[in-house]
Amino acid sequence: MNNMRGFYFIVFGILLMHNISAQDKYLTKEGFVSFFSHSIVEDIKADNNQVLSIVDTKTGKIAIQLLMRSFMFEKALMREHFNENYVESYKFPKATFSGEIRNFEELDETNTISEIVGILTVHGKEKEISSKVTVIIDENGITLSGDFKVEVADFDIKIPAIVTNNIAKTIKVSFELHHEPYN
Amino acid sequence: MNHIIKTMKYALPFIIILFVSLQGFSQDLEAILEQESSDTTYLVFGTFNGTRLLNGHSVETRKEGILEFLISHRFGRVNSGFDQLFGLDDSNIRFGFEYAMTDRLTLAIGRSSFEKTFDIYAKYRLAQQKMGETPFPLSITLFGSATEKTIKDYLPENKPTFSERLTYTGQVLIARKINPNLSIQIAPTFIHFNTVPFDNDPHDMLALGVGTRIKISQRVSLNGEYYYNINPFESMNVKNSLAFGVDIETGGHIFQLILSNSVSMLEKGFIAETSGGFFNGDIHFGFNISRAFQVKKTN
Repeated sequence: MNNMRGFYFIVFGILLMHNISAQDKYLTKEGFVSFFSHSIVEDIKADNNQVLSIVDTKTGKIAIQLLMRSFMFEKALMREHFNENYVESYKFPKATFSGEIRNFEELDETNTISEIVGILTVHGKEKEISSKVTVIIDENGITLSGDFKVEVADFDIKIPAIVTNNIAKTIKVSFELHHEPYN
Repeated sequence: MNHIIKTMKYALPFIIILFVSLQGFSQDLEAILEQESSDTTYLVFGTFNGTRLLNGHSVETRKEGILEFLISHRFGRVNSGFDQLFGLDDSNIRFGFEYAMTDRLTLAIGRSSFEKTFDIYAKYRLAQQKMGETPFPLSITLFGSATEKTIKDYLPENKPTFSERLTYTGQVLIARKINPNLSIQIAPTFIHFNTVPFDNDPHDMLALGVGTRIKISQRVSLNGEYYYNINPFESMNVKNSLAFGVDIETGGHIFQLILSNSVSMLEKGFIAETSGGFFNGDIHFGFNISRAFQVKKTN
C-alpha cells in the first residue's frame, strides 16, 4: 500500500514535469528557409519566410513545418511549375522536419556549433538528414542557422528530360530560425 | 534476489510511463506546430495550362512582367484531299504578343493572315478560385477585344471606312478547377459587328462557350471546347465551333495540337463565321505554340 502511494507520487511528478517543460519550448512562425539550384542553364532560388519551428530545450528536440506554396521564386511561372508539376502541393502541401539538436545541453556562448539530425519529409517521402547547425542562445531566444544538401531523386520528384539541364540534382537548403519563448 | 525482483516490479510501470511520456514530448512539438499553423488561404493556380483553351481564351492570365509570344496555326480542311495534301497547303497563322501588365491584367496585339485581321484585346482577372480559410469556388476573367479586317476584298469605289470593318467581342470566362486533373469553363459571349453580310443579319450576337481540360499526365492534357451560337447570321449556314486538342507543357513552352471545324482563331471568326461541319470531316488541324519570357522581374 505504501509502495502504491510512492508510485502515484511519481506519476504526479511526471505529469508536473510535463507542465514545467512547456516553458522550455521556443517557437517561431516566421522562420526562413530557402533552397538553391545551380545548373549550367540557370540558377533557381526560392525563399520561404513563413516557416514554423519549435525547439524543446529540455530534450534538444526540434520540429519544423512549412507550406510548399509559400516558397517565392524570382519568376512567377517557376512557382506555378514547382507547385503544380514538381512537388505537387495539392497532394503534399507541407514539408516537415522532426529531429534533434545533438548535445543541446552542452551549447553556450562559446560552444555554438552542433549537428541537427532527423527526418525530412518532402513530397510525401521521408529521408534522414543531418546538417551542421549554429545555435545562438541569448535573452531573445534561440537562433538556429545552417545549410545542407538534398538529392531531388530522394524525394521522388520527377524532372522531365527536357529540363534536366535547368534543375540541379543536388539542392542546397539554407535555414535561419529565430525562436522566441513559447507560452 | 527477491529484493531485486520486488524493486523491478515497482520500477517497471515507472519506466513504461517515463518512456511513454518521453515519446509524448516529440509528439507534443508537432501538435503545437499544428495548433500554431494558421489556416492560410491560397490561390488555385493552373486551372488551364495556357491562356487559350483551344480556339478561345481560358481564364488564365500570365503573371506580371511576362511577355508571351504566341504562334497559332490552322491548316485547311483535312477532307480537301490529296491535291491539297489534306489541308496542309492552306494555312491561317496568327502571331500574338501578349504582355501581363499585372497579375490580373493582360494587354495583347495580334495579326492573323486569315482576312488579314489585326486584333487587340484586354483580359482582366476579376476573381481567382481560392482554397483554405476563405475559399472561393470560381475563377472569373473578363475579356474584351476589337478586330480590324484589312483584306482588300472590295471594289475600289466601295472602300469601307476603318470603323465599318471593326468587330468587338466581350466575354465573361468562368472556370473551376474541380480537382487537379479536371477543370471546366463556361464562357457567355457577346459579339458586335459594325458591318454584317446582309441587312437582316444581327449586328449583336450572343453565344455560350463550354470547355474542359482533363489532365492525363503531369504535362499532357486533353481539351475540348464548344461554342453554341444563339443567334447566328441568317445569310450564312453557320455551324457551332467545336474543337478537341492535346496540350503538352514543357517548362516555359506550351504546345497545343488542335482539331477544329473553325479556321479563325479570333472569337468573332470561330464563333460567328464557322461554316465547316466537324462530323462532315470539315476539320482543320492546327496548333498553338506559346513561349513565355519574363521581361520584368517581380517578387
